[in-house]
Amino acid sequence: MSVFEGFRFRHVTSPIHDRDPRIKFLFVLVIFVIAIFFIEFLPLLLLFFLPLPFVWIAGVKRQWLRSLRGAVFLASFIFVFNFGFGYLYRSYSSTASLLEYSLAMTLRFLVMVGSFSIFFLTTSPDHLSLALEQSHVPYEFTFAFTTAVRFVPVLAEEAQTIMDAQKARGLELERGNFLKRVRNYIPILIPLIVSAIRRSLELAEAMESRAWGSSPKRTNLYVLKIQLGDVILLVLTIMLLTLGIYARYFVQIPQLSTFLPPLPF
Amino acid sequence: MATIEVNDIYFTYPTGVEALKGVSLTIRDGEFVAIMGQNGAGKTTLVKNFNGLLRPSKGKVLVDGVSTKDVSVAKLARTVGFVFQNPDHQLFSETVEEEIAFALRNFGFDAATVEKRVTWALNLLDLTDYRKTSPFMLSGGERKRVALASVLAWDPKVVILDEPTIGQDHRQKENLRQFIVQLNEQGKTVVIVTHDVEFVAECSPRVVLMREGMIIADGEAKRILTDTTLALEASIVPPQIAQIFHGLTFLGLPSDVIDVSEAKKILVEYARGSQG
Repeated sequence: MSVFEGFRFRHVTSPIHDRDPRIKFLFVLVIFVIAIFFIEFLPLLLLFFLPLPFVWIAGVKRQWLRSLRGAVFLASFIFVFNFGFGYLYRSYSSTASLLEYSLAMTLRFLVMVGSFSIFFLTTSPDHLSLALEQSHVPYEFTFAFTTAVRFVPVLAEEAQTIMDAQKARGLELERGNFLKRVRNYIPILIPLIVSAIRRSLELAEAMESRAWGSSPKRTNLYVLKIQLGDVILLVLTIMLLTLGIYARYFVQIPQLSTFLPPLPF
Repeated sequence: MATIEVNDIYFTYPTGVEALKGVSLTIRDGEFVAIMGQNGAGKTTLVKNFNGLLRPSKGKVLVDGVSTKDVSVAKLARTVGFVFQNPDHQLFSETVEEEIAFALRNFGFDAATVEKRVTWALNLLDLTDYRKTSPFMLSGGERKRVALASVLAWDPKVVILDEPTIGQDHRQKENLRQFIVQLNEQGKTVVIVTHDVEFVAECSPRVVLMREGMIIADGEAKRILTDTTLALEASIVPPQIAQIFHGLTFLGLPSDVIDVSEAKKILVEYARGSQG
């Protein structure tokens, strides 16, 4: 369940946590978009290091690294596929440039995971739902969204209990060939799904008995307001986007392999 | 020979919570033990160490002389059956019959034995009528019985019941009590984890009292449940009979009474004595 850890919010405050989620999201989105602009290694490397100060200020280093570690498996796939297929179809000028290209693609994925992880690590579900609401997303949707986010750890814990219960009845998850192993998960998935459905029905009844949706316009105790820090972040974001676009169209981006001595193979 | 031997174990969850801090305990063959204590005292963590679901960070748990660190949960489960608190965490089959056969198949019993044992277990828990019913169609109490049947079917030497009385009405509880006592009398080792003092008072097993990851008392139910200092320390309320007798000591009555029929006898004798 460690994959979920990177996306679990902990209640802390920091200059990053306090930023308006809308602007934070814009910032993350800009990093995402710029990552798609470039296929070269160097700008992606820069982009990878760019959010590090934010991670540092927010004090979520450990969780952030953990979510990156969770992405390593998929990242290695991306690397192997890019390198493997590039090699097979000979769509490269030298092994070094192919290697660089494959690394760049892997890094692009890590940049995306890393930036989104910062967003989720420093934005509470409540803040997020407020941001969605104030962006005129219907409350039904924002509520469904935040509830889903909130129940991820609960379901993860429940899955663990169910696994324990079935193991205590002699179920061995790691036994058998691939197909058998997949089938081994049926006794875990069925109780998990049944209990999730049951839980959602209970939640629906509890919400309705607390007058959920009784008035069309709902007020909030807290309202998001743009502060100075948010303006600074917004300016940074716009600068980043401009710089990205400028670099893409007007700067000749050097290949790393031209600086390094040629590979021995 | 000891069935379960717990040797000075410590257990810390990955979150950093120290749930067990030096617990030692021996449960002999055929014993009936109730593990009690407030929420978070480490009761469930302790019993999960009995069948290898959790393994101690320090110290050793021996089941029939074998350390739980050396064998798989599936192997241990053959000896130590564990009935979870919520039956909905384990039911998944289309019929009650299939549900009970699941573990038997996991343990590799042949088809004829599976059939025989399923019939036996259904009969034992009065579920024969529901043989072909979906477990999801049953009531809460019935689902709990299916979960119990699915464990008893493979006849483990030790049965652990985590909070067996939660969500059961009075009659179901009484049936459960008689059933557990009967199982124990037939030689099975029974371990229950519970908050239900009245239930324990009626069963009168050996009581192990826990607090903050340690065992603070271990002995006869009669002695432990009537000890007001211990009760306070472990945040449990003594059974009502014990409370009454605790308040009646000025009449010269004994204070260590937890059993209804014993209480009745003492009170009748006292009433006759004061009349005559």
